[in-house]
Amino acid sequence: MEKPSDLLLDIQHLHTGFRLKGKFYDAVDDVSLTLRKNEILAIVGESGSGKSTLASSIIGLYDQKNTRVRGDILFNELNLVGLNESLFNRIRGKEIGMIFQDPLAALNPLMRIGAQIEETLYYHTKLNEKERKTRVLELLDQVGIPDPVRISRQYPHELSGGMRQRVIIAIAIADKPSILLADEPTTALDVTIQAQILDLLKDIQDETSAGIILITHDLGVVSETADRVAVMYAGQIVEVAPVDELFTNPLHPYTRSLLESMPQTDVDDEELHVIEGTVPSLDKMMTDGCRFAPRIPWIDATSHEEEPILHEVSPGHEVRCTCYRDFYFKN
Amino acid sequence: MWKTILRRVLVMIPQIIILSILIFFLAKMMPGDPFTGLIDPKMDVNTIAKLKQEYGLNDAPWVQYLNWVKNLFRGDLGMSYTQHMSVTSLIGDRAQNTFWLSLVTIILSYLFAIPMGIIAGRYKDKWPDQTIRIFNYITFAIPGFVAYVLALWLFGYLLNWFPTTGTVSVSVAPGIFNYILDRAHHIILPALVAALISTTTTVQYLRTGIIDNQVEDYVRTARSKGVPERVVFNKHILRNSLLPITAFIGNVIGALLGGAVMIETVFSYPGMGKLFMESISQRDYPVLTALILMFGILAIVGNLISDIVMTIVDPRIRVK
Amino acid sequence: MSLIQIKDLKIHYPIRSGFFNRVTDHVRAVDGINFEIEEGETYGLIGESGSGKSTTGKAIVGLEDATSGQIIYKGHDITKASERRKLKYNRDVQMIFQDSMSSLNPKKRIFDIIAEPIRNFESLSKEEEKKRVQELLDIVGMPSDALYKYPHEFSGGQRQRIGVARAVATKPKLIIADEPVSALDLSVQAQVLNFMKKIQKEYNISYLFISHDLGVVRHMCENLAIMHRGRLVEVGTREDIYHNPQHIYTKRLLAAIPKIDPKNREEHKAHRQAVEKEFLENQDKWYKNGRVYPLQQIGKSHFVALPQDKLEGGR
Ligand SMILES: Nc1ncnc2c1ncn2[C@@H]1O[C@H](COP(=O)(O)OP(=O)(O)OP(=O)(O)O)[C@@H](O)[C@H]1O
Ligand SMILES: Nc1ncnc2c1ncn2[C@@H]1O[C@H](COP(=O)(O)OP(=O)(O)OP(=O)(O)O)[C@@H](O)[C@H]1O
Ligand code: SF4
Ligand SMILES: [Mg+2]
Ligand SMILES: [Mg+2]
Repeated sequence: MEKPSDLLLDIQHLHTGFRLKGKFYDAVDDVSLTLRKNEILAIVGESGSGKSTLASSIIGLYDQKNTRVRGDILFNELNLVGLNESLFNRIRGKEIGMIFQDPLAALNPLMRIGAQIEETLYYHTKLNEKERKTRVLELLDQVGIPDPVRISRQYPHELSGGMRQRVIIAIAIADKPSILLADEPTTALDVTIQAQILDLLKDIQDETSAGIILITHDLGVVSETADRVAVMYAGQIVEVAPVDELFTNPLHPYTRSLLESMPQTDVDDEELHVIEGTVPSLDKMMTDGCRFAPRIPWIDATSHEEEPILHEVSPGHEVRCTCYRDFYFKN
Repeated sequence: MWKTILRRVLVMIPQIIILSILIFFLAKMMPGDPFTGLIDPKMDVNTIAKLKQEYGLNDAPWVQYLNWVKNLFRGDLGMSYTQHMSVTSLIGDRAQNTFWLSLVTIILSYLFAIPMGIIAGRYKDKWPDQTIRIFNYITFAIPGFVAYVLALWLFGYLLNWFPTTGTVSVSVAPGIFNYILDRAHHIILPALVAALISTTTTVQYLRTGIIDNQVEDYVRTARSKGVPERVVFNKHILRNSLLPITAFIGNVIGALLGGAVMIETVFSYPGMGKLFMESISQRDYPVLTALILMFGILAIVGNLISDIVMTIVDPRIRVK
Repeated sequence: MSLIQIKDLKIHYPIRSGFFNRVTDHVRAVDGINFEIEEGETYGLIGESGSGKSTTGKAIVGLEDATSGQIIYKGHDITKASERRKLKYNRDVQMIFQDSMSSLNPKKRIFDIIAEPIRNFESLSKEEEKKRVQELLDIVGMPSDALYKYPHEFSGGQRQRIGVARAVATKPKLIIADEPVSALDLSVQAQVLNFMKKIQKEYNISYLFISHDLGVVRHMCENLAIMHRGRLVEVGTREDIYHNPQHIYTKRLLAAIPKIDPKNREEHKAHRQAVEKEFLENQDKWYKNGRVYPLQQIGKSHFVALPQDKLEGGR
């Protein structure tokens, strides 16, 4: 299989909790994941399942006082959990780039595009000012922006959504980081622009061999881009599998329910599948037993495991608990 | 950008015209006419009528208005009823005094408010923020008048640190340097008090700006680039929070002029504000009219300054 | 006869520029479109951001003035406000917005939010009113204790259902649904779509379903129109559009939908990029100076915006 040096990120038993009324509640609960070079790992799940929390734990951007992070995030033997700020600042941007969801809000409205890209070069490269400017134009060109010279002097509000997202990508890849975290990079965009942006991410990967964590709630996007998929529910990973395997042989009831609730293109289904209930809010999260069980109440309680854990069912395919074997849809 | 600014300046012209028309007709409705202050009560009715004819007081209103405007441009605002001198020269001196007082007040006000806002925003809910909040409550709650009188009594009469009237002492030692020093000595107490009680809005705006911007997405982007926190604060958070404050400068100017009336009266500082009070009590209408016109124009100009500053600092409202 | 007919509707916004801020040009947000919606049907209006979908929807409910053209409802042109009042049009036609949070007044209780349109058009006693609102909540599957809560106490999907309940409160004939599920998660989206279908059957409501998601539209709509640059590029049944798209813009939109078929993604990509290339490089073939051609009929229900010669040569 892959050489061990391919391993970029090794997350072990990560818990990220937020303080609510004096108590900590884990929004990310015992997550273990790996990311390799040249890989696109998709993380899917409904709103509130902890996807963004996972990403911000990796890049160390959270409110230090009200967040508690435990476990290990190993990046080349370096544990990012509890890393001091000045060391972390050498890693952010340089080794880990991040792409955000809302391309307008993610750019400083009062700074020119060029300056915002240049800022990251200033802190992570030895380039002088002139070289930095040249590199900015190069980057804009690379992300497919026409007329880089003019655009670099413009302000964010002067660009369209698709263009802004390209600028954000240019910022994230400026220092050729080995890891890219993309948190819903195309959710705010039209499908045509979405396709272009996803192609762009792949092209960049071909060039830099970066490992990409792609957060999305769109299963279509997953199927078109990911190599591996982790499905998250209520802060936990319920299933991990290579992308083909996940779509041909989904096992966990949650994964299957999600797939079922998509409007199918080739069937005229009168009624769409609805998952009963809602994702519980943080402070109402169950602390033991299976978190998904309340949403499939017709499944006999004896089928559920008491402490479901991830089992490997085939190489690379892991599912939380074993009683998925007894799962069936109500109708 | 220049076009926007120029257009904005042009918009001001009709504003000023409307203002002047309003003021002119308001003044017309007031008792008395331009030479009530000039003439002798014993002068006979015919002479007055002749004079009236001569001065065009029987002309159609709009002709009179145009004449008034013409005189305005020549710097002729009529004669004061009570002072027996031209309104222009009367206001001239006073305006200068008010200008210096206002300038020092504005500078002091920002000098206090900006650091306070930054500290309050940065150390939200910690003791520095709470201290500043208490200070703000106090300065906001105290009526200006009370603050001025209190300061005058304490530092002027009781401690005798500052002079209590005028802009310059009668006994000032010769020499330009001494003169400036003495004027500053007269300005500092009223300006200091006015500045202290005018910090509230600026501090509040800056504080909330900093707190709100801290969690903005673009700040997160800056952090994700590995920009050190100190730089993130200065370059992204602070800079963007100062924006609404610059937009406020026009209002500050307006508020200061309003405040001038009270400050100058309390401190017996011979500026436009004090003049305003005097001319009201003495029914000196030509002076009053001229002052209202000036205050009006200054308010409009204040707004203009705000808009221009905004156009320069905020790229989002720059129109190509 | 159809419920509502849109005839050559145009909505132009003035662009002011130059030194004196004069109107120098217009944004042709909607630039001559025609379509009709039958009773009880869901009509789809699809297009990218900025294509003019929302503007069309707003004009139909009367929130936006038409520059020219007609909207015929019950034989009357309702582009005039006086006609709308006469017909009680605003009771018959309601709107559901994309962003449920900002379209529900945060300071009002759910009860008042839903009762508001009823109060505008009917005078019910307090008792009757409460009964109606409770019925409505029941229909959209919300517990009745929701009545006295505020919008922020609900999740996105629940708020969107409250929006639906408000829209159906006056028993409207037509609901303009402007991207009603774009902001929602898959399973919540399924919930809202199911409700919309259910209510439609119950009250025989027509929908104008505005969306950029071709997957959702396919599930909801029998007939649809593809909009680009303020005009319609292709109109037809689900069958026509999805199995026999003719205009490059339609093909481009279809090619861009992510497919659940990871094994063939390279082929999708190649196809997508070929279509994109055709779209970019042969603009003149598909557009006349950038403007969409008038629609031509090419099948019983299928219309496409192409020049005459292209039609014969191209098929
Ligand atoms: N700073 C915070 N303080 C308290 N709770 C938080 C904070 N950030 C997130 N949460 C909670 O943690 C949970 C996970 O949130 P997170 O944003 O990671 O979800 P997500 O999967 O990214 O959802 P979405 O698809 O909506 O972005 C949610 O219940 C959320 O309310
Ligand atoms: N009030 C307005 N003044 C000027 N232009 C406007 C106005 N409202 C909309 N437009 C322009 O009209 C065009 C169509 O806008 P519209 O909101 O209808 O698009 P849309 O198809 O609904 O897009 P989206 O998917 O982004 O909602 C856009 O180019 C928009 O910028
Ligand atoms: S116990 Fe197993 S089958 Fe039951 S809900 Fe949980 S994960 Fe699913
Ligand atoms: Mg998120
Ligand atoms: Mg819209």
